[in-house]
Amino acid sequence: MTTASLEATHALHPGGKLLFDGAEWDFQTVRRVYDAVDAIARDELGLDIFPNQIEIISAEQMLDAYSSVGMPLMYAHWSYGKRFARDEALYRKGYTALAYEIVINSNPCISYCMEENTMAMQTLVIAHAAFGHNHFFKNNYLFQQWTDPAGILDYLDFAKRYVATCEERYGVEAVERTLDAAHALMGQGVFRYPRAPKINLAEYERRRRERIERDEQDYRDLWRTVPGGKPARANDAVDEEARERKRALRLPEENLLYFLEKNSPKLRNWQRELLRIVRNVAQYFYPQRQTKLMNEGCATFVHYTIVNRLYDKGLISEGALLEILHSHANVIAQFDYNDQRFSGFNPYALGFAMVQDIRRICEAPTAEDREWFPAIAGREDWPAVLRDVWANYRDESFIRQFLSPRLIRRFRMFALADKASDPKVHVEAIHDAEGYRRVRSKLADSYDVAASEPDIQVVEADALGDRPLVLRHTMRNGVTLADLGKDATLRHIRWLWGYDVRVEEKAG
Amino acid sequence: MAQFVDRRLNPRDKSLGNRQRFLRRIRSEVKRAVDKAVAERSIADVGKGGSVSIPSDGIDEPQFHLSRDSGEREFVLPGNKEFVAGDSIDKPKGKGGGGGAGRDPGAAGRGEDPFSFALTEAEFLDILFEDLELPDLVKTSLKDAKAKEFRRAGYSSDGTTPNLAVLRTMRVSMGRRLALRRPSASEVEKLEQELEALRANSTVAMAERQRIVHLAREIERLKRRQRAIPFLDPIDVRYSRFSPVLVPRAKAVMFCLMDVSASMGEREKELAKRFFILLHLFLKRKYERVEIVFIRHTDEAAEVDEQEFFYGRETGGTVVSSALKAMMAVREARYPTGDWNVYCAQASDGDNSGSDSRECVALLSQALLPLVQYYAYIEIADEDAPLDRSGKELWRAYAGLKEVAPGFAMARVAHRADIYPVFRKLFAKQPSKGAAS
Repeated sequence: MTTASLEATHALHPGGKLLFDGAEWDFQTVRRVYDAVDAIARDELGLDIFPNQIEIISAEQMLDAYSSVGMPLMYAHWSYGKRFARDEALYRKGYTALAYEIVINSNPCISYCMEENTMAMQTLVIAHAAFGHNHFFKNNYLFQQWTDPAGILDYLDFAKRYVATCEERYGVEAVERTLDAAHALMGQGVFRYPRAPKINLAEYERRRRERIERDEQDYRDLWRTVPGGKPARANDAVDEEARERKRALRLPEENLLYFLEKNSPKLRNWQRELLRIVRNVAQYFYPQRQTKLMNEGCATFVHYTIVNRLYDKGLISEGALLEILHSHANVIAQFDYNDQRFSGFNPYALGFAMVQDIRRICEAPTAEDREWFPAIAGREDWPAVLRDVWANYRDESFIRQFLSPRLIRRFRMFALADKASDPKVHVEAIHDAEGYRRVRSKLADSYDVAASEPDIQVVEADALGDRPLVLRHTMRNGVTLADLGKDATLRHIRWLWGYDVRVEEKAG
Repeated sequence: MAQFVDRRLNPRDKSLGNRQRFLRRIRSEVKRAVDKAVAERSIADVGKGGSVSIPSDGIDEPQFHLSRDSGEREFVLPGNKEFVAGDSIDKPKGKGGGGGAGRDPGAAGRGEDPFSFALTEAEFLDILFEDLELPDLVKTSLKDAKAKEFRRAGYSSDGTTPNLAVLRTMRVSMGRRLALRRPSASEVEKLEQELEALRANSTVAMAERQRIVHLAREIERLKRRQRAIPFLDPIDVRYSRFSPVLVPRAKAVMFCLMDVSASMGEREKELAKRFFILLHLFLKRKYERVEIVFIRHTDEAAEVDEQEFFYGRETGGTVVSSALKAMMAVREARYPTGDWNVYCAQASDGDNSGSDSRECVALLSQALLPLVQYYAYIEIADEDAPLDRSGKELWRAYAGLKEVAPGFAMARVAHRADIYPVFRKLFAKQPSKGAAS
């Protein structure tokens, strides 16, 4: 190297403070960046995180992770192979780019970073996933109530081994049949309404063993069907008994998988266990679906704030900052409803805008903000306000509480009403003084996961007699079940229950 | 504190098991797609795998969904530039236009779009050749012909010098030396150095003089001990052991005979080529040790290499028996039957002189057929000729062979797409011997 170019290199490092220079990354640099990000995240934003485990993976491994719903390990099922085949074809043809990262709600919190990322992108990804998402997972009440991050990987490991053992013992086909049916009911396999019990997956496994031992010691012919030579009884006594049995089933029951697991007359023990596994996985992901907007908003805000602070402190170069901001801008693009690329609200865009807006309301409130958000307007400790929001809300309540008129104007939101019988769609409210509350409330409604999914409950079942199972779909606003997939799903339920199943639709 | 893990070093193909499950599930659809690909693709591309599309019916994952065309719903959209409250908008045609924020574009199994994905070369060929097997190979070869092969089998204490296992020998030697406390060279050297230093010193005190005596004795003792315990003892020596293993021998030679005379037009040649290509792929895939001999003929036959066989240019008359004779000569020279299973496939347009056809039949029934395991003849028929019509000269001549020789099969093809089914039929797994007889 000549002296001239040495000097040029020095010029790039004013004071030699830059953490990295150029696109290449290595583990030492990543660690240095991590420490710098860590300092800002803890000292300035006050984030509280699980210990981090950052894993560098290749594109192929990223595809693997995609196909197993982002988890590092998963039980075997053909549908994951299907997902892999599809994603791979799309990726190879260049239709889709892969994510920069995947982060797993576990303790330690695992983030996958792609090896192809530049050092600037790794910085963004670490701030986004290892601090943003991580903080959200650890502190949001839904995750705290419903998931067991310390146990999930062990549980999945158990699930994987259990499914493999079943395949060996009972055949791949039989296991597949059961899992297919269970997967069809994944949407109806979560508890929505009761207060969550404290979940501990290791405890689950211990209880399972106990259950098996108990069953072996204490065999009861619970599902006996042949009436035998019992003397005939009076009709009302029989009715009373049937009512008693129904009470014992604790109907209605919203969690179909749970109900079938406990009460199906035909399933064998290993099949019940498979149902329980699918149900636990569904329950584990349920909070994620309810907090997608907030989670991404939190992570995007955290990476945006942190990389800007890194730049302010002279730790990253202008070039790196611009590269990061470029991909940041791509991520938070929101297309208008009539744009070809529109596919609903972009959770990154709306989530980030709302979190930024809350900070603005704290730091520089307008008169309107003071009227709408008296509790937080002008609060100086905006990081504390944000931490409180991230901890105690989900998408639906977050929007209902914090979507400001300013954002409604910025996104030019409008609320529409659509009746199937009406050839026209009606504009109900727009971004004006009369419309703000209405728009906000409608938008919040649309983020209520429970409302956007069919509400189907078991209302009647009898383990004796001809054993019909009756499901009730409680319709909201007259929306019926779609024909597509309905019969196939019912066939799956019929197979799990073993007897006739019907679904009735009732106006809610 | 954060952990950093480099996962790139982990074993690959984590999804392989799921992929195989998926392929098994859609087996019949994929097979149809592969068959279609074979019929449509150009010769050089047949074996390359690649993208296939299958209908998505069999791989739906049904779920309950809410219907999009019933009841009423309310939703919020961004980007309003023209409407005020109270406006009405015509519904866009098609899929509910915009549809609201709750829509999940990832919902699987919607619509009838075919599901398309890429098969690897190995998967493609596996499906292509599923259930196919060279007839009788197992019976005559795997069972009877076993070859002795020497495989590594640990170590032994006797053997020949070329098989000396040096590392293992040194290991044993070191263990023995440690156990017997043989003084090491460096140990002795250290004492000698000390002695040297003391002797070099001119002023020697009493204590040091004693030390010198002691050292000299100690060195002497150690050296004696070194001599008594050898560095390398004959009992240390180890040899690599090889033991004979009987391995099945599945050697097969496949003769590909093709008529390239003037009466074979481009189309006929191409059809024949496709048959051999399939055969070629099949053999290369299924058997590790298969040799292929390409013999093409006009009025005289010649053994050529693969490239020449498929792509060389030569024209002339037709004497089929010349190819049979050439094949006999090659077999006798290079493939004595004891070691080799002989298979033969012949492609022709069926044109031949009557006298030569009779000679062919005689050659086949007397000399060739007893030597070969299987002989397949395919006749390339005219495109518009119905296949059930009685064939041409050679076909009629060969027709009688079917009864006398069980290892003889013949078929006619007229179209590209016929090749593969015929190929399958000819090489389909034969029923067990008992059932056949």
